[in-house]
Amino acid sequence: MTANALTPGIVSGRLPPDELGTNFSDLHPKLDDHEALVAADRCYFCHDAPCITACPTDINIPLFIRQISTGTPEAAAKTILSQNILGGMCARVCPTETLCEQACVRETAEGKPVRIGELQRYATDRLMDKGIHPFSRAASTGRRVAVVGAGPAGLACAHRLAMKGHDVVIHDARPKAGGLNEFGIAAYKSTGGYAQKEVEWLMQIGGITVKTGVALGAGLTLDGLKAEYDAVFLGIGLAGVNALGAEGEDKTGVMDAVEFIAELRQAGDLSKLPVGRDVVVIGGGMTAIDAAVQAKLLGALNVTLVYRRGRDRMNASPFEQDLAASKGVRIVTNASPVRVIGNGSLREIEFEYTDDALKPTGQTFRLAADQVFKAIGQTLEGSGALALEGRKIAVSGAGRTSVAGVWAGGDCASGGDDLTVTAVAEGRDAAEDIHTSLMAEG
Amino acid sequence: MADLSSNFVGIKSPNPFWLASAPPTDKEVNVRRAFDAGWGGVVWKTLGSEGPPIVNVNGPRYGAIWGADRRLLGLNNIELITDRPLQVNLDEIRRVKKDYPDRALVISLMVPCDEESWKDILHRIEDTGADGVELNFGCPHGMAERGMGSAVGQVPEYIEMVTAWVKHYSKMPCIVKLTPNVTSILPPAIAAKRGGADAVSLINTVKSITNVDLDDFSPFPMIDGKGSHGGYCGPAVKPIALNMVGEIARHHETRGLPISGIGGVTTWRDAAEFMAMGAGNVQVCTAAMTYGFKIVEEMISGLSQYLDEKAMTQTQLVGRAVPNFVEWQDLNLNFVTKAKIDQDLCISCGRCFAACEDTSHQAIDMSAERVFTVKDDECVACNLCVNVCPVQGCITMERVEPGKVDARTGKVVPAEHGDWTTHPNNPMRVAAE
Repeated sequence: MTANALTPGIVSGRLPPDELGTNFSDLHPKLDDHEALVAADRCYFCHDAPCITACPTDINIPLFIRQISTGTPEAAAKTILSQNILGGMCARVCPTETLCEQACVRETAEGKPVRIGELQRYATDRLMDKGIHPFSRAASTGRRVAVVGAGPAGLACAHRLAMKGHDVVIHDARPKAGGLNEFGIAAYKSTGGYAQKEVEWLMQIGGITVKTGVALGAGLTLDGLKAEYDAVFLGIGLAGVNALGAEGEDKTGVMDAVEFIAELRQAGDLSKLPVGRDVVVIGGGMTAIDAAVQAKLLGALNVTLVYRRGRDRMNASPFEQDLAASKGVRIVTNASPVRVIGNGSLREIEFEYTDDALKPTGQTFRLAADQVFKAIGQTLEGSGALALEGRKIAVSGAGRTSVAGVWAGGDCASGGDDLTVTAVAEGRDAAEDIHTSLMAEG
Repeated sequence: MADLSSNFVGIKSPNPFWLASAPPTDKEVNVRRAFDAGWGGVVWKTLGSEGPPIVNVNGPRYGAIWGADRRLLGLNNIELITDRPLQVNLDEIRRVKKDYPDRALVISLMVPCDEESWKDILHRIEDTGADGVELNFGCPHGMAERGMGSAVGQVPEYIEMVTAWVKHYSKMPCIVKLTPNVTSILPPAIAAKRGGADAVSLINTVKSITNVDLDDFSPFPMIDGKGSHGGYCGPAVKPIALNMVGEIARHHETRGLPISGIGGVTTWRDAAEFMAMGAGNVQVCTAAMTYGFKIVEEMISGLSQYLDEKAMTQTQLVGRAVPNFVEWQDLNLNFVTKAKIDQDLCISCGRCFAACEDTSHQAIDMSAERVFTVKDDECVACNLCVNVCPVQGCITMERVEPGKVDARTGKVVPAEHGDWTTHPNNPMRVAAE
């Protein structure tokens, strides 16, 4: 019997393969040459442009757009990538509506910013499709640097170090490199195996080796790395997942949203991937939205996203919230989970309304649920002896940790938004600092 | 609605918008479509002498430059005069004029520079019913190599001589079309008047190369790897044309000579500007070639609305700006303005700052919050900030009233006119009255 939207429980094949194909195709199809020229023509080439200031990696946006408009998208790509080596992925996943495009003066002027993100993708795709890697390695310094974590921070750090002539070994727990780019982003934002293509393109710089299946505490120790390498960069992300703190959360059907997203990205055949009929996602960030939207796109009948605070406090951008709503996700705010109900497996989940100070109001409601995704934040794991600031590795300057010779960046490090683009900036800046420090040692 | 009917040197048309002699007026089918769309008149594409027809290139005839969003700003062509048999054109002209008696139909002519040739062509066209002739002394490409077009227009004596022949052998109104490819437009205009021309029309196209193909290293339009200069027209040449029209309109020897204004007329506003500068009517080509004939509807409604709003007739508009077109030395140096940025309209792009700081007078301040303000003590009122600002009306030039101190010079702004002719720094100054 073929499943459909009404089939109870967590089952696969709710939608026919062609519909799944459509649902998980590119969210923003690539601009064609004409569209890119029209979009590029709108840039005013502002002085000291606000979009540059708004970009965590300080990409010279007016310059790259002018390079597109004058018919040299390859030069545009080099402008982008020299600041942000993962500019291709950032073009796909950056919340541009709260970064560069929010700052665009045409947003001020007419509420329609220049399509910076899509132009960035146009340029970087062009260069990568041509197989060009526009950077080359400096002469070998003989120095060796260990990078732990092959996510955006680690990759950006490794590339910059390799470019400076250092030998880099990246260590990662997963079977392939990419970190959240590969395992943690909604499939419709990075189609066609883009994350792996980008990693392979990045590796063309040379001097970088990737070791998979190892992590701090699982084959690696900080002391061991320090002894073996001249410097260590940690871009280990947040591997742990916060618990709901609700009664019954160990019942079958309660899952981590990050695991669901990772499984979905790695699934060869989406029609084999099971999803609930009544899905509830708990959380208010990008992960929650990605899980909710994708559950809906897989064919779940009802998907409800429940966030404990008000809408204005949601980490997911307005664009992401609208995207979820447009796909049929219901968003409920000011409600916290109280208990998970079901006899062994999940049947319902009970919430209590809260005020903006998270004070319970005593009013409760229940949602039918055969699958619940937890997306209430991730936690740092394996930081060992490093000093923390809050729940993250304390860093000062360009990612210097409390331990000499050890740098950190990305989601695991204190400060900054937990965005891909921020991670790239931190990895890049740490690499520059590591380079300066290694060269000063003489 | 304002009366747009026009009488240009005795040639009547329902409005002052004519199509210039060019590809849009080469054939009966085009001209009928133009008249049906509402054009007041056409100048039929230039006819040559009887004989084997002209040939054109079989590769591209046009090159162009574009602004943002590929808006066509300038067009260059290497097309010659009509390449159809003379008799075919004459038959078509006769038919069209018969069916559109209220529209102006003027025939453009270009034949070799000898009296017999002109006598012959004028004889052939006299029973077509056409309203007048326009002498093509303007085309800068192709035909000029054969001693016609701008080769005539660049020699005032030839202009006068041929015009006199035309007036001798024809009773039709004679418009002399001038080339801008001269150092001064005045000698050709004076020569036309001396020869008896009823009017001049200008400008014809400007000698030009729009671009160079960077793969084949040839000017464009490129014909089998080679290019020759063409004639440039469209919005880009309007400033050149306005100046030349104005120079003829104000010069004491040509003042009063009717002018048909040509050169980048794209909208009703352009047409009104040409008329204010002294043109009795306008001729349009590139705008029609870019957008088709229907643009004339906007020209008609726009000019009509403008005249109504100004409570002005066409006659009152024509030449109205001419008295204000003066020499630089007559400009009032005591008129002081300062740029002012409207902070409510400003979108903080900073282009005014970059332009002023990098290339002008360092008179705009940029705060850490991207607030841009004019430094009155540095501003020379050059207007560059106004021109580079993407928001219309955001930066304006505000007058420093007489009696107030100009913060830049520290001097009180005088109330009276003071120009270079009486300025103390001018070694050639004349005593102030």
